[in-house]
Amino acid sequence: MHRFANPARFVRLARPLTAWFGWIGVGLVAVALAGGLVLTPPDYLQGDTVRIIYIHIPSAWLGMAGWGGIAAASFAQLVWRHPLAHVAARASAVPGAVYTAICLITGSIWGRPTWGTWWEWDGRLTSMLILFFLYLAYIALAQAAGREEGGQKIAAIFGLVGAINLPIIHFSVLWWRTLHQGESIGLTGSTIDERILWPIPISVVGFTLIFLSVVLMRMRALLAEAKVEARLRRMASA
Amino acid sequence: MNAALNAWPFVIAAYAVAVTATAGLLGISLAALRRAEGRADALDRQGKN
Repeated sequence: MHRFANPARFVRLARPLTAWFGWIGVGLVAVALAGGLVLTPPDYLQGDTVRIIYIHIPSAWLGMAGWGGIAAASFAQLVWRHPLAHVAARASAVPGAVYTAICLITGSIWGRPTWGTWWEWDGRLTSMLILFFLYLAYIALAQAAGREEGGQKIAAIFGLVGAINLPIIHFSVLWWRTLHQGESIGLTGSTIDERILWPIPISVVGFTLIFLSVVLMRMRALLAEAKVEARLRRMASA
Repeated sequence: MNAALNAWPFVIAAYAVAVTATAGLLGISLAALRRAEGRADALDRQGKN
């Protein structure tokens, strides 16, 4: 991991990966969404609203994975003082917030025809909404911290503490009686019919690659801005 | 599922939200990257001259 502590080396590696992740991700998402809209059958209970899962599940995964990334990078920043850790955490925050918002909005759109309501204050929905607010707070904190080490440390501690919400989101459907259904896809199998299930992994991988491409773009932009700032400071003091 | 409701407007709205937000995120991030790297390259060139 420390091999990539040098920003120039990181940028050399990130440049081709940004494009590869982006294009492969867009291709996979196009296949998954076309499959989900046209090729899969409607569900016997939910009808055509089941098609919303092909965007809702990847966005829920990315909302949570994005904060997982922030927590891991914050840990690397606090423990190993990795020079790129704060940049990685900061770059993950906006895409994480966007996918959490997509998850909440598409879930709400799915809820209206299925549950008969746009919103319900149940465990899963509320903990996901809290995750969205945590993202907004982290973005504000990291933005305010800028290049100041003390501020970056506070943002990292916030990133670690906020990770407490991740198991709450995951287990909320087991801990509380909720309107949101229980786990349909686990590590050992799925309760979803094969004919409806197949676009989900393609969509999850595709959206994840797009997310990674966006994170790399934002990291490269932050590093370029830092380089410009340092250069201007040197020129001003010369 | 409420049988009186046509599901397709909901499905289309959900897909429109996801696709628009993803395209916007990609576009804004790419524009910010190009701007930042362009400024850094311009300073590099200025330093060499």
